[in-house]
Amino acid sequence: MFRYVIRRVLWAIVLMLAVTLITYVMFFAIPVDAARLVAGKSATPAEVKIVAHRLYLDRPIYAQYGHFLYNLVVNHSLGYSYNDRQSVNTTVFAAAPVTASLVFGGALLWMVIAIPVGVLSALRPRSALDRTAMVGVLTGISAHPVWLGYMASFLIGYKLGWLPIQGYCSFSGQNGGAFCGGPADWFTHMVLPWSVFAILYAAFYVRMIRGNVMETMNEDYVRTARAKGAPESLVMRRHVLRNAMLPVVTMLGMDIAIALGGSVLIEVVFGLPGLGAVAVQSVEQFDLPKVMGVVVFAAAIVVIFNLLVDILYAWIDPRIRLA
Amino acid sequence: MPLLDVRDLKTHFKTDDGIVRAVDGVSFTVEKGKTLAIVGESGSGKSVTCLTIMGLNARANTITSGEALFNDRDLLKLPSDELRKVRGQEISMIFQDPMTSLNPVHSIGKQLREAVQLHASVGKQPANRRAVEMLKAVGIPRAEQRLGDYPHQFSGGMRQRVMIAMALINNPDLLIADEPTTALDVTTQAQILKLMTQLQRDFGSAIVLITHDLGVVAETADDVLVMYAAQPVEQGGYQDIFYRPHHPYTWGLLNSLPRLVTEGTDLKPIPGTPPSLLRPPSGCRFHVRCGYTMDVCPKVEPTLEAVPGQAGHSVACHLEESVKQHEASNLLSQLKTGAKA
Repeated sequence: MFRYVIRRVLWAIVLMLAVTLITYVMFFAIPVDAARLVAGKSATPAEVKIVAHRLYLDRPIYAQYGHFLYNLVVNHSLGYSYNDRQSVNTTVFAAAPVTASLVFGGALLWMVIAIPVGVLSALRPRSALDRTAMVGVLTGISAHPVWLGYMASFLIGYKLGWLPIQGYCSFSGQNGGAFCGGPADWFTHMVLPWSVFAILYAAFYVRMIRGNVMETMNEDYVRTARAKGAPESLVMRRHVLRNAMLPVVTMLGMDIAIALGGSVLIEVVFGLPGLGAVAVQSVEQFDLPKVMGVVVFAAAIVVIFNLLVDILYAWIDPRIRLA
Repeated sequence: MPLLDVRDLKTHFKTDDGIVRAVDGVSFTVEKGKTLAIVGESGSGKSVTCLTIMGLNARANTITSGEALFNDRDLLKLPSDELRKVRGQEISMIFQDPMTSLNPVHSIGKQLREAVQLHASVGKQPANRRAVEMLKAVGIPRAEQRLGDYPHQFSGGMRQRVMIAMALINNPDLLIADEPTTALDVTTQAQILKLMTQLQRDFGSAIVLITHDLGVVAETADDVLVMYAAQPVEQGGYQDIFYRPHHPYTWGLLNSLPRLVTEGTDLKPIPGTPPSLLRPPSGCRFHVRCGYTMDVCPKVEPTLEAVPGQAGHSVACHLEESVKQHEASNLLSQLKTGAKA
């Protein structure tokens, strides 16, 4: 088990290097003179040159990349924005809790919906519940998140006035002199985004859990458990669910990680200043340090989550440990 | 009084295409401590018979009728919770494929312990001790250390030993073994069969052995039930079936055994395939594949009738008794000498 974890961690580091390198190279393939943008429209060529020098833009790409890595590893700094000269660390760490609130809350909600509905549909295939669930799943899979989001904020937020339409309120209440804050405001502002987010994913998960449970119920070892005299509830819990949840754990880890990297659409619809919103904005402004900041952060999250899933998986499924 | 007395058991499955008569009127008895072999091709209803007795195919689309008297109770009429208590304690079952019959995510210790604790309120330690005892009894070396191992760390033969240990852990009166050696290689098969007969002696359990392998039957069975297309066609002591077979299907089964003594001869399979149980053939269900078909065969369904002068031996066939005896002795002399007709 220990050696397995070490090997996974080494792989994670290699993966991080690859992701940052590719982003860097891609950014330089865009034909834009970042130094000129930063220096402003009225800057003289000499001034642009000074700016380029200060931003390391006059060195070869590999030197710039090396500088970026050095800064990241030694100073734990993602650099400073070309645009507003703010520390990228500050920007990313301000945006991360917003996205985290959205994703973890949404994931919790969608699993709370998907597990019981999926399992019950599997237990009673073709029943009224199963058919209703399948219609819901199809709707959820087919609906576009932007449409769903705007419909939800229009109907529930605007027409009915039950919940806030837009914006984010920090959980701790420190919002830099903002109009709201604290757990209650945080919660009411997140309910709509969570719901839209959960509808999309719950659809996939209901289908997946239903399929896995039905498949597992036909396994020989489930028959063995019944032949041993295990009551049906125990058969489900100990023998069916644990095996049926193996692929779900993998999917969940990956989906959460990818969503943390930026659930752009939902953040934009509900005006949440999360990582996705930051990424969109900084790409539009050719702000390399900010782009890199979000990419590195998102990549780290994806890699760490994959690592956690792998380790969790090895813990649930003994067959993995030897591989 | 027999341990298990099955009378006119029928299991029908409702499907979109109609009713599949998977078991259609099967009766047999199993005596305490004896072995009954149920023989027949794939799809003849052997497994469904046993699963029905165990209450393991009780789905909404299943219709069962008949009786299965076991220790004074009719298993088919027992409430599901009562039947659950019988399963694993009084009747246990082992299955064909040991590779998939154990849960891959639980250690075998945990699975053995579960079998004990489902039927007795005992702690983890006594349950573990019982598990080790059973693993030793089925010949698993270093039993104490292996409790924590997972199924994938065992070979196929070893897994079947674990399955047998698990089935016998509560000292059941009856063990149902559904093709226990089919998925194993030949040398392992012999070991497992030997183990089963030895454990039967030690534990005194009766065994219902489902198989299509007459070699297995010869080694283990006291009584034999031959099934064809969901119905019994011949029934008797193993000597009746091997030395005085009376049904053309039984002859076919015996004749299709590969023989080592006759070099260069082809295998002699029974021609054709088992019929659909959705629309079984009229009259005698075997008549379409039988080499002795007469006018009466497609018209009248033969009933299982006692063979004159042979107690316990019965057969469902329209052929004259003298023809049956003649053909049987012919076949036997062929099998003995290895000559080819």
